[in-house]
Amino acid sequence: MKRKGLLYFSIILVGCVFLIRLFYLQVLDNAYHNPIKNNSAVKVKYSYPERGYIYDRNGVLLVANQLSYDIMVIPREVKPLDTIEFCDLLKITKEDFIKRLNRAKHYSTRIPSTFLAQVSKNDYAYLQEKMYKFHGFYIQKRTLRKYPINSAPNVLGYISEVNENIIKQKPYYQLGELIGTAGVEKTYENILRGVKGVQFIQRNRFNKEIGPYKNGIYDTLPVPGKDINITIDTKLQQYGEALMKNKRGGIVAIEPSTGEILALVSSPTYNPNLMVGRERSKNFTKLYLDSINKPLIDRGLQAQYPPGSPFKIMTALAGLQEGVITTTSAVHCFGGYRYGNRKNAFMSCHCETHGSPVNLDKAIYRSCNTYFATTYRKIIEKYPTSAEGMNAWSKDVTSFGLGKFLNNDLSVGKKGLIPNGNYYNKWYPNVRWTATYNISNAIGQGEILTTPIQLANMTAAIANRGFYYTPHIIEKIQGTTIPKKFKKIHKTTIDKKYFEPVINGLFDVFEKKHGTAHSSKVNGIEICGKTGTSENTHGQDHSIFIAFAPKDNPKIAIAVFVENGYWGSRWAGPIATLMIEKYLKGKTNRPYLENRMLTGSLQDEYDKQLIEEENEKQN
Amino acid sequence: MRSRTNNIFYGIDWVLVLLYLALIFLGWLNIYAASVSENQNGLINFSTEYGKQLIWIGLSFPIIILILIFDAKFYTKYASLIYLGSLASLIGLFILGKNINGAISWYSIGGISIQPSEFAKAATALAIAKLVSDKQFNLKKLNTQFQAFLILFFPAVLITLQPDPGSALVYSAFIFVLYREGLPLYYVLLGIIAAALFVITLYFGYKLTLLASFVLFIIVILYFIFYRLKAFKRGWVNLAGIYLIAILYIFSVDFVFNHVFEQRHRDRFNILLGKTTDIKSIGYNTNQSVTTIASGGFFGKGFLQGERTQGNFVPEQQTDYIFSTVGEEWGFIGSAAVILIFVIFCLRIIHIAERQKTKFSRIYGYSIASIFFIHFTINIGMVTGLLPTIGIPLPFFSYGGSALWGFTVLLFIFIRLDANRTNEW
Repeated sequence: MKRKGLLYFSIILVGCVFLIRLFYLQVLDNAYHNPIKNNSAVKVKYSYPERGYIYDRNGVLLVANQLSYDIMVIPREVKPLDTIEFCDLLKITKEDFIKRLNRAKHYSTRIPSTFLAQVSKNDYAYLQEKMYKFHGFYIQKRTLRKYPINSAPNVLGYISEVNENIIKQKPYYQLGELIGTAGVEKTYENILRGVKGVQFIQRNRFNKEIGPYKNGIYDTLPVPGKDINITIDTKLQQYGEALMKNKRGGIVAIEPSTGEILALVSSPTYNPNLMVGRERSKNFTKLYLDSINKPLIDRGLQAQYPPGSPFKIMTALAGLQEGVITTTSAVHCFGGYRYGNRKNAFMSCHCETHGSPVNLDKAIYRSCNTYFATTYRKIIEKYPTSAEGMNAWSKDVTSFGLGKFLNNDLSVGKKGLIPNGNYYNKWYPNVRWTATYNISNAIGQGEILTTPIQLANMTAAIANRGFYYTPHIIEKIQGTTIPKKFKKIHKTTIDKKYFEPVINGLFDVFEKKHGTAHSSKVNGIEICGKTGTSENTHGQDHSIFIAFAPKDNPKIAIAVFVENGYWGSRWAGPIATLMIEKYLKGKTNRPYLENRMLTGSLQDEYDKQLIEEENEKQN
Repeated sequence: MRSRTNNIFYGIDWVLVLLYLALIFLGWLNIYAASVSENQNGLINFSTEYGKQLIWIGLSFPIIILILIFDAKFYTKYASLIYLGSLASLIGLFILGKNINGAISWYSIGGISIQPSEFAKAATALAIAKLVSDKQFNLKKLNTQFQAFLILFFPAVLITLQPDPGSALVYSAFIFVLYREGLPLYYVLLGIIAAALFVITLYFGYKLTLLASFVLFIIVILYFIFYRLKAFKRGWVNLAGIYLIAILYIFSVDFVFNHVFEQRHRDRFNILLGKTTDIKSIGYNTNQSVTTIASGGFFGKGFLQGERTQGNFVPEQQTDYIFSTVGEEWGFIGSAAVILIFVIFCLRIIHIAERQKTKFSRIYGYSIASIFFIHFTINIGMVTGLLPTIGIPLPFFSYGGSALWGFTVLLFIFIRLDANRTNEW
């Protein structure tokens, strides 16, 4: 009978469907048989190696480790507990407790997450004895960074907990683990970190650990992190920081013969120990949100300013290389340079030579705008079109590492700007532009932007008479060598013979009576340098100075940038020469000048600017 | 004769009883595996679920004896009364019921909870058997069909209102019974089409479904115009009417799904249809249970060796998800065996039902075969991830006194009726 068949048929059909489904799930589909991934009965335990130490070039310990204790929680294992006692022990409120537990639950009920980070050693001692009462909570020992010397926070950087974005990009990390997020900690993360060890532990049916999974064939041992030495000279660094106190700006000092960065000062600075411990996030937020002082910005690397007069050296070298000037050719300066017929097409000059012939040497040590404007114009006009002339000039300038990323081992950087022909073709699409359109490039104003480290590198290339090594921060890595790219010579496009006359000019900046930095002359050290005063729209001009010493066989090249420091020889010059003196002699001999630099403050100027800015906003 | 009738075990089908005992025993083993934990000693332990279940099993034997003591005639005679009593117990829930997990499905008497909906199934089966076995009754007639549906309607609605829609869904099993007893085929087809349209509408959205149905309608019309013009002239009103109803149905599916269903219900369907794959929250149960079953492999991990079972990874594992324990600890071998036992069990009931001499016994047998079948299908379908999450127990396996007794009563009334087949009345 047909009607009997329906239920019969349905039962057998459903039975077969279930058998097929089970066969598929249990026998055919292998996705579930990965021993580690899907086996919830295997617990993964990590052992974290100690993070490598960071030393300076002289072996002074800069970054070490200290122990800290995190309270971890596995939400699904939490059993009802005496919340009051628990909160008391951890010194948190009940609301905080609920919030933290919910956050952990939200992440995962099975995977441990940090409930409370970085409990102090004293609290740990009490907690340790009481922990057995609180199921699902346990204490995880962790190492934190410690900074024995309060210096160079932006160079050293800091470590912080990975967030979910980082985990997505770098699956090595798990929530709650630490990663270098700035400075050397970031660039040398993999070396400092080492590799965490993994242990797979079999749990029995009561979730108790009963031993290694499959006798530990999948386990790995942690690889300890390696120590590194960085190129910073801590004494010089600290001295630079002291000199820059209450001023904004940066100092970059480089050893020309290697490209090693001796000092990298950014001011205002902060104590690196603020980035450690329970107050870390509070401190970090404070620093991060300080939009007035911007302490987390490394001004030595990230601040782009028009370089001002030090850039004249580039114009001079390019002019020599292009053959448009010689060491003896001279111009006459009558208080400025007229580059057009319009009334304001006039670049004033403070060289005060009053029409006497100005040759290369004099032009450099008296910083004559007219001379360099003429030279610049000659370079551009040497070629059939301005764009070609501009390109030739740009090629010479960028060969000093200006206008491009240095591609070094610092975690941040800026490109700066050296325009070329294309740049102006775009700017003036329908006009036949000429050198007079951008004549201020000649003296490091106009479109040109550089960072202090680029200027320091340029100085090093001049000191080396035509080549540089990429400035870098790594000196030694325990058990291995530093990257090869830091041993590679970068040649500039300028012939070696053209450097000597220019360097003589730079030497005369100190030596000649009318040299712009004559007052900063250091007895016993042959310093070559150049002052700079960079115009800017807000407040006073920036004070700039570049220098290297000694003149022959240079040991240090330095660039100093003081924001709103009026003019080059007022702040940047003395600071640069003090730094050089300190580095070469170990001590300074000019107590009056030193004291003026150490105690001098530009805070009034900055406050004034801030008030002006606020007023502008309100209007 | 007297000596035979005095023996309450006379004439009972031992195959069914053996299958029953096997299922109960296997069920309890798995409940033990799913609920055992450290520091719990003694099998009869009222603080553990396996201990309680052992007590429920023990108590089901007096119930069996009681059922067998009554004469078969008792069940035919008082079927209506039992049905009414059962309805009363369902209505009573709204006054005296205890709210557990948001549903008032339980009476709580001295620490023991009883779920009347588990017993309503047997009562409804008796009532249907009584109604349909009436000699005046003809399922081809609309008003008798209506009577039959009314009997199913009351308990189903009362249970839905608790709310326990899963248990109410079980009453759809009676379509098999009514079809067997002469309900026209198009009711069954209508049911299948309705279910198919429901899924299609959810999967493709109502706009696409409407478009497709329109295209289909045009094709059907064209077929009739070109090949069966006569039939078309007579029946075009019917065709248009059917199409109109289909359109209304598609709209109402969309409306019910988006405006009547709660989010959790929508989630269950969406997961199954592959529209959502959130395994952390809404699909967690299903994902855990499927993973657990799969981890068992061919031979299983062995009794009490299933890490996922012992680690309590599957929520509600001893109740609705008990089959995942079987899957993990006994592997494909064990779970296939359980499937086979259930299939044989259902087929055996049908077989016995067909040999009944009275219509009443046959219909009752058919009813319980359908009920067991629907429970088996929905539960294992859910646990293996083939059907949406509908929380109904797996007969004899899932933890719970009411469910166990409800199924026991259901089965043993039939065994009692069957034992009487030689005694004509």
